[in-house]
Amino acid sequence: MSEAVLSDTRHTLPTAHPAGRIALTLGLIVAAFGLAYLIPGGADYPAHLVIPFADWISAFMNWVKSSFTWLTRSLVAVVNVPLQIAFALLAKSYKLAVGEWSIMLPRLSWVGICAAVALLGHALGGFRLALLAGLGFLYIALFRQWDSAMLTLALIVVCVPICVVTGLLVGIWGYLSPRAKQLVIMPALDLMQTIPTFAYLIPVLLLFGTNPVSALLATGLFATPPMVRATILGLEKVPSEIKDFADMAGCTRRQKMWRVLVPAAKPSLMLGVNQVIMLSLNMVIISSMIGAGGLGQDVLLALRALKVGPAMEAGLCIVVLAIVLDRLSQAAAVQRYEEQREAKNSFLARHPNLALALAAIVITTLISIAIPAFASVPKAITLTTGPMWKDAVDWINLHFFDAIEAVRVTFLVYILNPLRAFFESLPWLGVVLTLAYAGYRLGTWRLAIVVALLASFCAVTGLWVQTMATLYLCGAASFIAAALGIPIGMLAARHDRVEKVVTPVIDTLQTIPMFCFIIPAVMLFRIGDFTALIATVAFAIVPAIRYTNHGLRQVPQELNEAGIVSGCTRRQLFWRVQLPVAIPEILLGINQTILLALSMIIICAMIGTRDLGQEVFKALSKADTGKGLVAGLAIAFIGIIADRLITAWVARRKRKMGIA
Amino acid sequence: MTRATPRAADSSKPKLSCRNLWKVFGTGADEFMRQHRGDASSADLAQAKLIGAVRRASLDVHEGEIFIVMGLSGSGKSTLVRCLSRLIEPTYGDVVFDGRDLLKASEAELIEIRRHKMGMVFQHFALLPHLTVIENVAFPLAVQGVDKAKRLKRAREMIDLVSLSGRENHYPRELSGGQQQRVGIARSLAVAPEIWFLDEPFSALDPLIRREMQAELMRLQEVLKKTIIFITHDFDEAIRLADRIAIMKDGEIIQIGTPEELVTHPATDYVAEFTRDVNRAKVLSAQSLMRPSGAARHGGTVAAVAKVASFAPEIVASDLPFAVIDAAGRTVGEISPKAVIDLLAGRDQADLRA
Repeated sequence: MSEAVLSDTRHTLPTAHPAGRIALTLGLIVAAFGLAYLIPGGADYPAHLVIPFADWISAFMNWVKSSFTWLTRSLVAVVNVPLQIAFALLAKSYKLAVGEWSIMLPRLSWVGICAAVALLGHALGGFRLALLAGLGFLYIALFRQWDSAMLTLALIVVCVPICVVTGLLVGIWGYLSPRAKQLVIMPALDLMQTIPTFAYLIPVLLLFGTNPVSALLATGLFATPPMVRATILGLEKVPSEIKDFADMAGCTRRQKMWRVLVPAAKPSLMLGVNQVIMLSLNMVIISSMIGAGGLGQDVLLALRALKVGPAMEAGLCIVVLAIVLDRLSQAAAVQRYEEQREAKNSFLARHPNLALALAAIVITTLISIAIPAFASVPKAITLTTGPMWKDAVDWINLHFFDAIEAVRVTFLVYILNPLRAFFESLPWLGVVLTLAYAGYRLGTWRLAIVVALLASFCAVTGLWVQTMATLYLCGAASFIAAALGIPIGMLAARHDRVEKVVTPVIDTLQTIPMFCFIIPAVMLFRIGDFTALIATVAFAIVPAIRYTNHGLRQVPQELNEAGIVSGCTRRQLFWRVQLPVAIPEILLGINQTILLALSMIIICAMIGTRDLGQEVFKALSKADTGKGLVAGLAIAFIGIIADRLITAWVARRKRKMGIA
Repeated sequence: MTRATPRAADSSKPKLSCRNLWKVFGTGADEFMRQHRGDASSADLAQAKLIGAVRRASLDVHEGEIFIVMGLSGSGKSTLVRCLSRLIEPTYGDVVFDGRDLLKASEAELIEIRRHKMGMVFQHFALLPHLTVIENVAFPLAVQGVDKAKRLKRAREMIDLVSLSGRENHYPRELSGGQQQRVGIARSLAVAPEIWFLDEPFSALDPLIRREMQAELMRLQEVLKKTIIFITHDFDEAIRLADRIAIMKDGEIIQIGTPEELVTHPATDYVAEFTRDVNRAKVLSAQSLMRPSGAARHGGTVAAVAKVASFAPEIVASDLPFAVIDAAGRTVGEISPKAVIDLLAGRDQADLRA
């Protein structure tokens, strides 16, 4: 919203008095809703006027499908090659047949992989990371999840390089062509990152069928955007002097990009890689719905059968895998260049960890041909926590069923259900006009129009009730997450000890794939809106805490000192100096919370919410591309509206404080 | 406005020169400058909502001199130098390097020129973080495709030249600011450039290190005799290093001259303001201070080009004026102890300027 910077005066309404302004705002809102009820069709969107976007999209996709079968088939065939290799190496053995003679090439031994991961940890982050990575993989092996986990890992191993390369190239294009970035890349990224993950699955499923390749492609679509952003940002952040230097050294364009800019942007790029890895994991789990297999499928099957133990075990392994991958890739991102004391010539001397890791894998795999214990984890040394989890849940249900049920029912009957009824009864025209007015007050006319159009889309596609249902759950969850998260963030900002406890907790929460939040919630509260609410709050609370803490802590020391010498008490300093300065940052945190809540609410369609997510979910099971995408777009638009309004609000506040 | 200097009037062809050079920012800047045929007033620019970062700049840089562009931040000095090296495209005017029109050079030609004839040192060093010291220094040769043994040999020589031997395999992050800039200098010299751009090379360094590096630069210049364009916002640094100085303000060059000319004949009050606190004894030479010879006896002789500081102790200790002689040994004037004492005491400035 750069044009919003030009002038602030035009947003000031004639009445300067705050009370007058509030009255005017309220009056306008009442008028908007009045209008909505007066105009026929303003409250409930008339069914005969619904624009059949869904049918159009379905028709188009079917045409694409039937016309481009050769293309989709060959794409599947091409992508399948590295995927099958990865499966063969990590998960399944490979049968090599030459005429009548055939031999089983064994998969890599689990012992070797654990050792190799530990060595990788050692190379990237020293002994502690080696321990974390090695033990993490050992945990997966000993808790009987090895085969599924390796399927999941194989998908990630193939997917991440594809995403990174694609993201890097698109990012470079965006960096070189600001016009392409403005008109194509950024809007596409915004959309791709707000459309719910489920919605990706439908067109992919339609075009490529139920198989791991589909899962891979859906994952790629989902996980590439952050790499594009990281690349553009990283390249733009390279100091202009370094760019000048590249020119003055006589670099050709290609040399400038690949020998100067990309290496200089490496720290940002590596953070992008980290995000790609985490999102891939997240999406690979969700993709189990279209045949990805692996840990996600175990969780999915267990959840469907309400088998608490297996779901929890597989879920925990996903968490462990996520933490290990996250720490490893973060360590790779902060790797620094160190002096090379002497020139080392042999491969072994230059890459001791790599050489050892290769040796470990090869040797253990050779051993595994003779000794089965090296091939697959022997039952005798494995453990299971399944019964324990089941017992725990049984025990809780036995002793606390009434209490839990009371809380759940109270919440549902007295808060959630009335709230839902209220939201669903709101007239679409009134909401659209109110949002437009908010857009105008916070930003510009352009924002108002964009917001109004996006909101209208939800009505004219006949999805208004579902949209409002989504809004109600998302709003309730965001409100609770903010109401809990902001005070925690404040405490963390004021007390270092609290921060020390909170930081690792939210770091871990952030690493956990969305899917895993549902498992414990379902165990305790079974299915329904309340369960969805709990899972969503747990997932979405992280940015509220993080941004609040960060915003408060980044208040300039000078301002604090100015407050102290003015004679502020600690309390006054906090409420009168730090908090007002930190408000924009806190608002950004709330923005993130809303977006996360939205994406989680959609996944909760699995556990029986009735909203846009459910529409997508139903469309997925019927492979109805049009319905799925339209509902997906409606969800994306809710996210975009919230994001744009809050961003405009933050920009306005920052301008007022002169820190824009 | 600009003053012809003795050296600029030389018949020797300048190494690098520009005539009526403009860099105007804003939409439609090119069209605007074409319409105004390279001559627009500030009012014209303001009316068209354009910003004139560099306006009607003309200068000649001669072989082997240190030419300093001095100006405060926002004066356009950095933009001017980037126009001269064509890191940014000038909006209007000519840049002639080695007798050829630099602005007409194609991308490929420009790359060739930069690979072999230009070197640049940057304020914040602009070292590549992923390369070691020696790899950084060898980088300009690497992009030319010079083979590895040869470029590492050359890089080692350059590292030697800037006294950084032993640090070849360090990464930039592991070095102090002064050391990093030495790497920057070594790197820019690796291709043996004919013209050397130094963009505020010492501004990011501590004052003590800065003086050390200035001395280092003078030492290098003794050996290398490069044609240097040096940017700074520090007038003392300019006085210390320059053969000639161009002073910039609001995108315009307001005066070009030797340090002594700037002190003795400032073109505007703005220039005079800069020169006010300069240690005159170090800038002025005997010929600026001399009067027509009238005394019967002289206590000694000084060369006309000698700086006052170099003979001040002797003349102050003497009662008699000293004779000023030119290169051929003829007496061209005399200089009294009182004039030197006044100069050292900071009196009589108005008189000097007259």
